[in-house]
Amino acid sequence: MWLFPLICMGALGIAFGAGLAYASKKFAVEVNPKVEALINVLPGANCGACGYPGCSGYASAVASGDAEPNLCSPGGSETVDKIAEILGVEVTAAEPKTAFIKCAGAKDAVKDSNYSGVQSCALAALINKGPNACKNACLMMGDCMDVCQFDAITWQPGEIPVIIEEKCTACGKCVQICPKNIINMRPKSKRVLVLCSSQDKGAVARKACKVACIACTKCVKECPVDAIKIENNFAIVDTEKCILCGKCVAVCPTKAIWDGRPPKKSVKKISDV
Amino acid sequence: MMKIFKFQGGTHPPDYKYFAKNVAIETLPLPEKVVVPLAQHLGVPADATVKKGDTVKTGQVIGTAHGFISATVHSPVSGTVSLVGPVPHPVLGTVQGIEITSDGNDEWTEEIKPVDEKTKDNIIKAVQDAGIVGMGGATFPSHVKLQPPPDKKIDLLILNAAECEPFLTCDYRLMLEDGEKIIRGAELLMTALGIDKCVIGIEKNKPDAIVKMEQLTAERNDIEIAALRTWYPQGGEKQLIYAVTGKEVPSGGLPMDVGCVVHNVGTAAAIAEAVDEGKPLVERILTVSGDAVERPGNFKVRIGTPISEVLAAAGFDEENCAKIVLGGPMTGFAQAKTNASVMKGTSGILALTKKWVDDKPESPCIRCGRCVSACPVGLEPTMLETLAMSREVNGLIENHAMDCIECGSCSYVCPANRSLVHAIKYGKGQIMALRKAKKN
Repeated sequence: MWLFPLICMGALGIAFGAGLAYASKKFAVEVNPKVEALINVLPGANCGACGYPGCSGYASAVASGDAEPNLCSPGGSETVDKIAEILGVEVTAAEPKTAFIKCAGAKDAVKDSNYSGVQSCALAALINKGPNACKNACLMMGDCMDVCQFDAITWQPGEIPVIIEEKCTACGKCVQICPKNIINMRPKSKRVLVLCSSQDKGAVARKACKVACIACTKCVKECPVDAIKIENNFAIVDTEKCILCGKCVAVCPTKAIWDGRPPKKSVKKISDV
Repeated sequence: MMKIFKFQGGTHPPDYKYFAKNVAIETLPLPEKVVVPLAQHLGVPADATVKKGDTVKTGQVIGTAHGFISATVHSPVSGTVSLVGPVPHPVLGTVQGIEITSDGNDEWTEEIKPVDEKTKDNIIKAVQDAGIVGMGGATFPSHVKLQPPPDKKIDLLILNAAECEPFLTCDYRLMLEDGEKIIRGAELLMTALGIDKCVIGIEKNKPDAIVKMEQLTAERNDIEIAALRTWYPQGGEKQLIYAVTGKEVPSGGLPMDVGCVVHNVGTAAAIAEAVDEGKPLVERILTVSGDAVERPGNFKVRIGTPISEVLAAAGFDEENCAKIVLGGPMTGFAQAKTNASVMKGTSGILALTKKWVDDKPESPCIRCGRCVSACPVGLEPTMLETLAMSREVNGLIENHAMDCIECGSCSYVCPANRSLVHAIKYGKGQIMALRKAKKN
């Protein structure tokens, strides 16, 4: 009688198999093939920089035409090219951006209280708005490093975190987490910026920090393209207008403007050759 | 003798009231300059009604309430407005405020007059006009508590004289020296609420205050004195209601949900002054204590007096002072500078030397569960801390982080020295931010 169970199980197997095969045809969910393809080319970091919940969310939004195809900053221009290929449209990649911290003086800044609690910027900011005399200074406890998924931020205790431009994908996680709101985005090529967010008046800001922007307006007057304006007692460089001439760097009395332009190659004169 | 219920959790820190307990209330001389922030209460800051250079008299309105949950601000001295703009605030950093240079005459405005007919509406109006807020420290506008929505029936007024915070003795001194005013305030509050039952809750570590208040109310049937267990946080609004009535305020609810209204005794006294004399809230009693002041005591000061001046009056030992706390040691706010001013809710100033400052580093949680048994609200502080630090907003909401009363019992009992309340406060901030984002 060994044949009986074999036949029964075999028959059941065939019946269920047929049922499943029918169901998979009948109740199939229609998937836009573009979405699949898009998910494959997106980096899969699910960082949310595009403003959609994860890569698949962004892929379906792009496929249905709800989202611009060049919003994926971690993917960079390569991803944008691939997306353009899949969609069959021409897309120009936006200039890649990177985060930067608008504070350069926190390390040597004057402190007005001692904070000995949990080493987290978010918690330190709750007490007396942080231990620094400048209430907009970096708290140097590395919350931004903790949230960075791309290892693009390095930090040593007691120092301002460093953002590694090559790794930064401009996902914006650090911008959100910073309790002092001093992390901003800049296009990667724009390397002349005011690294200060002090909203105090000049004299107060200067007392709290040596490299504070004191809103003296010298840079505003010097700028040939009107790219600098003063708001809330500190200067902001409009990166769209800035031509990287570096004139503002020279006039800044407190050295609050960062000059990160690549060093100029020395041009050999014809007479030297 | 009424039955007292025992709320779960809590702790019993040493009360350290001996510093200022036996020092009578002293009125400080008028300050030369007062700094009055417009945000001294919970709710929307007041709108300034004066400008730089204006002459003001004591008691004159200098800021009008903005909306229902807000309070009027009055000038605490007579003199000239020297600044309308950003001023230091002990908790918020910098806020809009008014600075007045005193002329030293303390001329009161003529608008001050007592309420003739003590009807319900007149009393509520007088409380609102006098800018009275909860003086225990929470600074919730008092007139709001006197106008419950029609579907909530109020049957009991509780006056909070528990003063469970260590060091603070201002309510105790007020009961001993001016108990009649508190009883008068209770009468007026009962009229305003249309009820005839009031309980004054006093912790048992203040026996002479209990005796004094019992003497004052011996002839009356409507006011009862409840001698409460000396246990922190007995003076928490919800804990006090439970101790007196045995009713628990529901999660996210208000005392009026269980038919109670709770006011601080200091508020009751201020209401008595506002109604009987028409006097706005321009001064308050506060305790200056700790071992970095030579003469700890209880002082009656004008609102807006700089903290540095109050400390100087008590003999401030600036060299040895390691920490200044505004309020009590459990719920107060550490101060980096002494340039902020006394506000309506400042119940004490503590100046402590180094030996009082606990700066042991925190160590990992050992899962002993002491914070869970100490929590008077029945939360799990260690869990909330983890959720707050990993920014799990939904977890925080599910675990009722918003019900935390920030009493500090969990941090106080933690053997690993973890800053639990600090982290929970951060978590509450996350929930608040989420709610705000959802609203927009």
